[in-house]
Amino acid sequence: MSEGAGVSMDEVLRVAELANLELTPEEVPRMQRDLNAILGHIAELNELETSGVEPMAQVGGVLGDAVETAGANLRADVVRPSLDRRSVMAAAPETDGRFFKVPKVIER
Amino acid sequence: MGLGGMSIESVREGVASGAATAASVAETYYARIAAEDGASGKGINSFLALSRERARAQAEKVDAMAAKGDALPALAGVPVGVKDVLTMTGSPATAGSRILKGYMPPYDATVVTRLEAAGAVLLGKLNCDEFAMGSSNENSAYGPVRNPRALDRVPGGSSGGSAAAVAAGFAVASLGTDTGGSIRQPAAFCGVVGMLPTYGRVSRYGLIAFASSLDRVGPFTTNVRDAATMLGVLAGKDAMDATSSDRPVGDYVGALANPVDGLRIGVPAEYFGEGLDPEIRAAIEKAIDGLRGAGCEVKTISLPHTKYAIPTYYVIATAEASANLSRFDGVRYGFRADGVKTLSAMYRETREEGFGAEVKRRILLGTYVLSAGYYDAYYRKAQQVRTLLTRDFLTAFAEVDAIVAPVTPTTAFKLGEKVDDPVKMYLEDIYSVAASLAGICGISVPCGVTKAKLPIGVQVLARHFDEETMLRVALAVETGQA
Repeated sequence: MSEGAGVSMDEVLRVAELANLELTPEEVPRMQRDLNAILGHIAELNELETSGVEPMAQVGGVLGDAVETAGANLRADVVRPSLDRRSVMAAAPETDGRFFKVPKVIER
Repeated sequence: MGLGGMSIESVREGVASGAATAASVAETYYARIAAEDGASGKGINSFLALSRERARAQAEKVDAMAAKGDALPALAGVPVGVKDVLTMTGSPATAGSRILKGYMPPYDATVVTRLEAAGAVLLGKLNCDEFAMGSSNENSAYGPVRNPRALDRVPGGSSGGSAAAVAAGFAVASLGTDTGGSIRQPAAFCGVVGMLPTYGRVSRYGLIAFASSLDRVGPFTTNVRDAATMLGVLAGKDAMDATSSDRPVGDYVGALANPVDGLRIGVPAEYFGEGLDPEIRAAIEKAIDGLRGAGCEVKTISLPHTKYAIPTYYVIATAEASANLSRFDGVRYGFRADGVKTLSAMYRETREEGFGAEVKRRILLGTYVLSAGYYDAYYRKAQQVRTLLTRDFLTAFAEVDAIVAPVTPTTAFKLGEKVDDPVKMYLEDIYSVAASLAGICGISVPCGVTKAKLPIGVQVLARHFDEETMLRVALAVETGQA
């Protein structure tokens, strides 16, 4: 990870776009300041030599549980009732009862 | 004994003996909540919603069983509150966020189902930091929670409402969630017991996800025995959560009868460094002396990668959060921004208006560390350090049966004191995140108060799936306080 310059205003905007977040003009400099403060702290990880260390994505991997059970932990692959459509659709901001309705998808 | 001191067993026995009904117990608690929790903006603000109908129906069921003389289950008639990141039909599940305001979930979390099957009366949903992101409960879209032990101070977070409700006597027990310390830290700040079960011990089905490889559900109680009872109800394999473990569930209450003499206790030198409040240090050392007096063999150990736990956590947790929270886009549930003309504008504006500052900050950080060119430098690196942190514990547990340490470097701080400095707020988690990353179990037990009467918590950590040893040591610490 590169130290020094840190995250620029443009990078904050690019990441916000990737994350589908629209930041207000006041939020951009604040997020830039905070991200740089946090990333400065995260840069301490560079003090550690980690080549050859296995990355840990899940706790089960460390315990060997995932390997031992080899998928036996998954539930049986049988057809079962899904959630009731009405109760799901009742929570939607806009619906015709069958589908979720959204604004125009194609913008040009 | 006042309401605040009611234990699970005392409620259950009262209902079983006919001295009380589940319905009357629930009404008593609701009356107290009405008088002291909301109360014109000056209350504790722990409950976001009350589930009166559901509680009434459940209490009637329990009372009918008692009237027939049936054997009553472990939590019969016991009033319990549920953190708002868990789903419970009939009540909104907001996760403390504006983006889920009014969201009525279509199913119950597995832990909710299990509590009710054990006879618990669920009183309602408890306030928390938005999407469980925070250490003070000040990130809730529905207002901060006040610490019942000192109303001008935070209850801790993110499960601030869950800790405060039990401390204030608004519930006998509650459910919280812990991703980096969100059960243990508020338990310490509010002077109650808070338990982080081993990752995989308790189902996460129905938990609104923050960081899936770290999120865990656990109980708050007023005492260690009640925590053991709660774990016995909550633990076990769930077909709806592939990460839940099918390892046998222990007899946690039964294990408490085993004395602790001969147990080897490790005290990690790294947890007593600079920044630890001297009054907390003294209280922890006193608790350790008590364990020595009870026949434990105490030795100093080293968890050498401790100082890297917070940076590791804030890479992994935010990366997972940025993925998990992409589902909140105004399409399927919750809030949608008004007057948007296109789909992409709807996504962006809904998220801009729906999320609070801390959630945005974490989504941005998580998106950044996963983005092209940075993945290896940040995310993969953090996963490797996570392995090193976990190995620290595995090495230690070859020599000791449990680890005893402080939960937090400070006691409950003042409302507003740290809101403007995210790094300072994150450093609150310094003694709690490593256990979260490693997946081991832990518990926070009250061990005295400061001169200013603020509660202090001591943390007991044990091996993966060795909650029995953790609880035995926790009970010995608690007994030593009496």
